[in-house]
Amino acid sequence: MLSKRIIPCLDIKEGRVVKGVKFLGLRDAGDPVEVAKIYDAQGADELVFLDITASFENRKTLVDLVEKIASNIFMPFTVGGGIGEVSDIRNLLNAGAEKVSLNTQAVKCPQLISEAAKRFGSQCIVVAIDAKKQTDHWEIFINGGRTPTGIDALVWAEKAARLGAGEILLTSMDCDGTKNGYDLELTRAISQKVNIPVIASGGAGSLEDFYNVFTVAEAQAALAASLFHYQELSIRQVKDYLKGRGVAVRI
Amino acid sequence: MKIVIIDYGMGNIHSVAKAVQVCGAEPLISNKETDISSADKIILPGVGAFDDAMQELNKLDLVSLIMEQIKLKKPFLGICLGMQLLLDKSQEAQGTKGLGIIKGEVVKFKAQGNLKVPHMGWNDAQVVAHGSPLLTGFDGGQVYFCHSYYPAPADQSVIAATCDYGLEFACILAKDNVYGVQFHPEKSQALGLKIIKNFVERC
Repeated sequence: MLSKRIIPCLDIKEGRVVKGVKFLGLRDAGDPVEVAKIYDAQGADELVFLDITASFENRKTLVDLVEKIASNIFMPFTVGGGIGEVSDIRNLLNAGAEKVSLNTQAVKCPQLISEAAKRFGSQCIVVAIDAKKQTDHWEIFINGGRTPTGIDALVWAEKAARLGAGEILLTSMDCDGTKNGYDLELTRAISQKVNIPVIASGGAGSLEDFYNVFTVAEAQAALAASLFHYQELSIRQVKDYLKGRGVAVRI
Repeated sequence: MKIVIIDYGMGNIHSVAKAVQVCGAEPLISNKETDISSADKIILPGVGAFDDAMQELNKLDLVSLIMEQIKLKKPFLGICLGMQLLLDKSQEAQGTKGLGIIKGEVVKFKAQGNLKVPHMGWNDAQVVAHGSPLLTGFDGGQVYFCHSYYPAPADQSVIAATCDYGLEFACILAKDNVYGVQFHPEKSQALGLKIIKNFVERC
């Protein structure tokens, strides 16, 4: 049976991990390769690297980094942040990324999704959505959550899937950082709207949050950052718990 | 041992090269005829769309070269799209001919009920025919998949392992010196590396 995936997310700035990762015995907590190796050993199913500098000058650094990661760990990973050109996507995939994640540029130019999907296949095109609850719907925001768009998240998710996105990385801006659990209502709504896998993000704080997002909200994967970085929970703990409650995970 | 990894602009070559290196062989990323014909073994990786991939192979004049190398009984491993190209055709690209080394078609998963397409993540590869050198010491287990299409070979005897995703599909093919895997061994940690090591050492 296909396993539910647990995915740690690492923020990268100028080729370094930011947001302190606290692992004992780690020589350099800023080295993405070192951190990736730890998560690999802990049983992470995938990794997401989000480049938060995302400037044009930084593209080369990011490609170099992807190459370095792919040379050291043999697990799938996704790279995102400021990707706006088909050539960026090609370079990152050639360097060894399994998937790329598009956000702002995909909203500004949805054609990017269809062009990329046609060229590289849907399976490697992730569309990241940052959504925030409004009175009767969820609105998507771009530019790292700074700019509202007026676009309904469900409408956008469906459009992205139709254009060829292979997966949706869905972040609830309301839940992100709260540790009060994933946004089950939003995740379930998107998950039921599209036929492609949905990665839920934002709000993980307890073991039960993971269980709920996979069962109640029907997510295919759950992403978390600080929870794992600060070792409040380990991936193994999460997986053992899920397995005990009958959720298919890879141990 | 020189293993050539065919570079035709369809992604993922560095991870495959690194995996080959870790498994003790010397990988060479190339699309040159001299490199390919002088290699001991050949890997055809691939991420992308079927028609683009065939177009690239044609553009680089690699189709007849690949066929010739396979006829010479050189061990050949196709990974993901590189494996799909071994078949006659794909539902992804009506009218585009595959390499036709393994008879059959590449078919799209049907999204229905809770079944999401692409099939993405870790799933069980179950060995259905032991005996292939590619599977030495491999009893199946969870490997990483990332695809919307799967191979449906006409001759069931080429199927070495299957996977269950809404239906049972072939995830490892073995026909004489030609091997294909639908999952990504280069992304499947120790179990994936075992497959690559077998290809390097035993095929």
